[in-house]
Amino acid sequence: MSESHSAHYNEGLIKKYLFSTDHKIIGMQYLFTGIFMGLTGAFMVYVFRMQLAFPGIHVPGFGLVSQAAYNALVTNHGAIMIFWFAMPVLIAAFGNFLIPLMIGCDDMVFPRINRLSYQIFFLSVIVLFASFLVPGGGFGGAWTAYPPLSAKAEYNLTPMGAPLWLIAVALEFVAFLLGGINFITTLMNARAKGMKMYDVPMVIWMIVIASLLFMASVGPLIAGAIMLLFDQFIGTSFYDAAKGGDPMLWQHLFWFFGHPEVYVVLLPPLGMAVEVITTFSRKKLFGYKTFLHSVYITGILSFVVWAHHQFVAGIDPRMANLFAITTLIISVPIAEICFLVMATLYGGSISFTTPMLFALGFIIEFIIGGVTGIFLGASGTDIFFHDTYFVVAHFHYTFVPIAVIGFFIGIYYWFPKMFGRMMDERLGKIHFWGTIIPFNLIFIPLFFLGMYGEHRRIYNYQHFPELNTPGLYFLRELATVSTVVMLAFQTVFFYNFVRSLWKGKKAERNPWKANTLEWVAPSPPPHGNFEKMPEVYRGPYEYGVPGRSTDFWPQNEPN
Amino acid sequence: MKNNSVISSPVLGVIAFIFVETMLFTSFISAFWIVRSGAINWPPMGQPRLPLLTTGFNSLILLASGFLLYTGYRLFSKRGFEERVRKIYFTSLILGIIFFLFQGYEWARLIRFGLTMTSSIYGSFFYLIIGFHAVHVLAALFIMAFFYKKLEKKGVFSAVLALWLFVVGVWPILYGLVYLK
Ligand code: HEM
Ligand SMILES: [Cu+2]
Repeated sequence: MSESHSAHYNEGLIKKYLFSTDHKIIGMQYLFTGIFMGLTGAFMVYVFRMQLAFPGIHVPGFGLVSQAAYNALVTNHGAIMIFWFAMPVLIAAFGNFLIPLMIGCDDMVFPRINRLSYQIFFLSVIVLFASFLVPGGGFGGAWTAYPPLSAKAEYNLTPMGAPLWLIAVALEFVAFLLGGINFITTLMNARAKGMKMYDVPMVIWMIVIASLLFMASVGPLIAGAIMLLFDQFIGTSFYDAAKGGDPMLWQHLFWFFGHPEVYVVLLPPLGMAVEVITTFSRKKLFGYKTFLHSVYITGILSFVVWAHHQFVAGIDPRMANLFAITTLIISVPIAEICFLVMATLYGGSISFTTPMLFALGFIIEFIIGGVTGIFLGASGTDIFFHDTYFVVAHFHYTFVPIAVIGFFIGIYYWFPKMFGRMMDERLGKIHFWGTIIPFNLIFIPLFFLGMYGEHRRIYNYQHFPELNTPGLYFLRELATVSTVVMLAFQTVFFYNFVRSLWKGKKAERNPWKANTLEWVAPSPPPHGNFEKMPEVYRGPYEYGVPGRSTDFWPQNEPN
Repeated sequence: MKNNSVISSPVLGVIAFIFVETMLFTSFISAFWIVRSGAINWPPMGQPRLPLLTTGFNSLILLASGFLLYTGYRLFSKRGFEERVRKIYFTSLILGIIFFLFQGYEWARLIRFGLTMTSSIYGSFFYLIIGFHAVHVLAALFIMAFFYKKLEKKGVFSAVLALWLFVVGVWPILYGLVYLK
């Protein structure tokens, strides 16, 4: 009797944590897999940054960096950070955890498709790691995988690594498509009673619009990837100009996806920042509808800017002009969004909690990233800046706020809800400054290096006398040392995280006195989320309404 | 709980999926256009011509299958999952299978005539686009067979219908672009 009972219990545990269809568990699976991949990507940065600043060094924890290893590290750093860290954490983990809780339902509409999504994602991780281990090593043709380099094993020298890498990326896309279908359908069909379209919290809008953008843009890349796989495996010539194909075709398909992808990863942390900023300045979001419409416009425009990545690839100069103009236009709604955030802050009673610090850091650093992008979007200046570290610095000023800082906004803010305990504020602030200062010290030097003409994706500058420029080693070393410092400071976060899981102060339901529905559920929410399904009476940002005894007004309170 | 739904969830899910698929097919088609407009001879010399007429006839079979499923659905909405609806559903499925097999037979002939995936960029695109559609036909047929037992639920029937109409509906476009032009 008792034996069968415990066997049953064990099966329950495995079922609960590995094969669950509960949106919160699936969110956690994505979260922890994503964090693990983020650490992998960070380790790669450490290795190749060491090689750049101290060429030929025996990197502690890795060893000598060969040319092939360098290329594979850079390629997989980029791909992992975007596809296996930013997307799973920002969209899948927070999307899964937050959507049902914040719109007030008990689970996703298609829970089993949701589980399948994570399983395919997990498979993609395994395939990716397998691609490092096969003969010839991992793919090193850059995350953009331009043919002919990526198409022909004679050129890339990774006959198995390249296709496996591509298959891993394709699997990851399938996982996110399944997730996206779920997110959209759930938002449309499962909102709490009374929640109208403009009562939906901004972060949920952002995650769902991001999923929509992803679904609209990913088709071309999947099509391109299928053709590339055929070129790799059976020697078709889709991208081979000598045999009637066209290598530029890949660039168009890739960047048709690639540019909207920037907004796919931007929107979720932007939404998180909105939740955090309204909560901690105790003010209503300034211009909810304007915000939402600016995002729609940005989303639509993001489909007509892609060729700004190809200004020097030999496209027609008239086309280049056109794309330079659309690129400048798209900065208008984005600027609008930044102004709305500032207007929300203006006159608020701001408390600088850790999530708030990260949210403000996100906005400020992202603006730097956006402004430097203007030089790259103008086809004239891009001819000089293209493929230099200026580009690398620019897009890291967008991606690091998005992926790294955005991840911390979400974790520090929703940790009490996820795990039922508070994180330590003092450690959180140390972690904030320990992240933000070295971050700037990494990438400001890279801007200058780029302006001096430093090429990106170069294994060892000493091999190229014109590029070596010994005078630049100080900046290179500064960037590398700052990288190590920034990575080291992450231990403060992990220490805080793990300690708070066991020892943190117990969290109440609504520790931040916020309005949205997830704070109505117990912390952590049980299976099914709410004891009683909430009803919604108003928008999510009613803070400081005159004539009320409290300065917040939860969405579910009748009056 | 699933209260304010205008469109039922399975249908909405399939619509989202069809949206992605549309982008995928559009990408293949535009890739094909770009390459074809840059070619000097199209179709390239020494490559067999495509069987316009037989495939045209086969297209009619597929269209008939789609139309049948639609009438079956109309009947189902009025009377439920009765005997006639079952028969229509079945016939539609069989017609789909016939289309698929006939396409396979045509491919076998084309390959014998020397049109393969690697024989020219023409062949590559032909098998890529038409093959991609064939994969969709096959998958949709499996789904039709698989959900046969669950059709009583209205949402499921509409979702299956939407999927099949999409697969049937892109075919004339592909036929027009790849075969006729
Ligand atoms: C501490 C954090 C990071 C540092 C120090 C860092 C550093 C670098 C450097 C130096 C390169 C260029 C290497 C070369 O061209 O030889 C690079 C490439 C890249 N990084 Fe990062 N990175 C960091 C985080 C991220 C994050 C969070 C993302 C995205 C979410 C990201 C995305 C990329 C991409 C897409 C590339 C281009 C890869 C390629 O050229 O194929 N990085 N990174
Ligand atoms: Cu872009």
